Amino acid sequence: MKGYNFAYLDEQTKRMIRRALLKAVAIPGHQVPFGSREMPLPYGWGTGGIQVTASVLGQQDVLKVIDQGADDTTNAVSIRRFFARTAGVRTTTHTADATVIQTRHRIPETKLRDDQIIVYQVPQPEPLFRLEPSRVETRRMHGLADYGLMHVKLYEDIARYGQISISYDYPVMVNGRYLMSPSPIPSFDNPKMDRMPALQLFGAGREKRIYAIPPWTEVRSLDFEDHPFRPINAPHACGLCGATDAYLDEVVTDDRGGRLFVCSDTDHCAERRAAGHVGAEGMKEAAE
Amino acid sequence: MAYVAVKGGERAIDNAHAWLAEARRGDTAVPELTTAQIAAQLGRAVDRVMAEGSLYDPALAALALKQAQGDVIEAAFLLRAYRTTLPRFGYAAPLDTAAMLVRRRVSAIYKDMPGGQILGPTYDYTHRLLDFALEAGFSPPSAPEMPADGAEIPPVNAILAQEGLVEGDATTDAEPGDLTRTPLAFPAGRDVRLQTLARGDEGFLLALGYSTQRGWGGSHPFVGEIRVGEAAVAIPPPELGFEIDIGDVAVTECQMVNQFKGSKTAPPQFTRGYGLVFGHAERKAMAMALVDRAMRAEELGEEVTAPAQNIEFVLYHADNIEATGFVEHLKLPHYVDFQSELETVRRMRAEAVAVKEAAE
Repeated sequence: MKGYNFAYLDEQTKRMIRRALLKAVAIPGHQVPFGSREMPLPYGWGTGGIQVTASVLGQQDVLKVIDQGADDTTNAVSIRRFFARTAGVRTTTHTADATVIQTRHRIPETKLRDDQIIVYQVPQPEPLFRLEPSRVETRRMHGLADYGLMHVKLYEDIARYGQISISYDYPVMVNGRYLMSPSPIPSFDNPKMDRMPALQLFGAGREKRIYAIPPWTEVRSLDFEDHPFRPINAPHACGLCGATDAYLDEVVTDDRGGRLFVCSDTDHCAERRAAGHVGAEGMKEAAE
Repeated sequence: MAYVAVKGGERAIDNAHAWLAEARRGDTAVPELTTAQIAAQLGRAVDRVMAEGSLYDPALAALALKQAQGDVIEAAFLLRAYRTTLPRFGYAAPLDTAAMLVRRRVSAIYKDMPGGQILGPTYDYTHRLLDFALEAGFSPPSAPEMPADGAEIPPVNAILAQEGLVEGDATTDAEPGDLTRTPLAFPAGRDVRLQTLARGDEGFLLALGYSTQRGWGGSHPFVGEIRVGEAAVAIPPPELGFEIDIGDVAVTECQMVNQFKGSKTAPPQFTRGYGLVFGHAERKAMAMALVDRAMRAEELGEEVTAPAQNIEFVLYHADNIEATGFVEHLKLPHYVDFQSELETVRRMRAEAVAVKEAAE
């Protein structure tokens, strides 16, 4: 784009961010402060993810952007357009075709490969912030790997509700050392992070933190021996493609309690349907 | 109803932007506002946008205000997003506010002092009665003038300093921090704290400053001096070895003088809170000075009990661009998280019902 560098950020800024990324990769799960810039999109819209993407993007890259698992949500459209405009890179909605995937709140259902990078938008990088609001304190706790507070919180959940009540942004231990926020992905997606072949990068623009999980790193969702981690999903099959192993969105179809459960990952659902899979809703329509 | 996965995000965005542009222009029977009019006639709004947008450029601030339909925070955001792309070719020498061209200067601690009290263009003693003559369009008679004597107006603090009654300026040769390049870290030095306050939200600082006056971290403040005017900006290019003036900026400076009973190392003396803001912005400069002093509680051996004294709390929440982004991001889709919450609540309810039935 005229008047702007490739992928918007100037090269000095990109170099600063890449340095933070290298440090983050070297210390998996550790939050690295970085000189986050104001972006032309508001904080909370993915400025951290956008800065990370801008710093790793090359001219040959193919970019996919999803929000809530979908390529066509307004914010995903807006960010994809931003990079199409400022970097002129090719974009795609197909997970398998992308080299860089920026995401908000989901990990694609299609397994990622070791030649792909997934960039997470992170609203709140500090996994302990609900338990201890002071970042001076939480920094100390990370330094000492003092995560008792979080274990007590999980234990109290079990004592009170018989189960852990965290359903998204479920805390994980990375490489057996750092407690980390996986960003607000549903806990359903947590197991995908473990030993993922792709490089996982996390950008929090407003909080000015970057962190990373190198390929094939152990990522464990916190749990107890007698209360193992249970990912959450609606107990249904996708109404459109019949998938039973994909994360589902609940769509309200009428004012009489009608519900339809469909894949949150729109690309996954479309590919399954293209391959001939049909869900209950699809069969109903075919019969009509 | 047959469900179709929501499509058309692109078209929706384009249409929304077209509608926004139309709404921004408003009734085309009314003449369009020019940015020159905004810069000249809505100066206080322009000043606030420059201060919180952290960029001194009245013309761009006026454009931002026009583009944002007068939404000051949105306009400040536009300026911030613009300034972040600008190359840096140098750093200015510290502003010499003692030498600034003063258009207003008041002190609340001395009735008169060298340089005198200069009321200047202030709303302070206006009666807040709507002036319907303005509505009709009104050219004011020119204000009375008198020649300036050209003498420098020495800072009021210097008077107190002569007696050693007020703490001096902290002197350091260290490079000041740069908030826009290095993220906040704690303990945060006063340089970074003042930077954060200078670009902080006026409303937030006003409320925090006000809270210190109501007992939440009180500091017995007096307005030592408020001065408004134009200060020269000089840069010392390393290849030249001397400073050159590159222009003037309008600023408001507030020196707050606060009671201090002394500590083990310092005798009883007045301490200071400092405020410096782009443009004519007394409310902000004063609030800034109150909050600056409140944040020095720990340094001065006072008990830290109130929000305004909690450095981490103040600094992390003063920036309205960050705050508005994160508050407003709640309107972005959260289907996925909400869905997992739904399932968790359903599961927990089922468990609670099962437990209850088993008990019956």
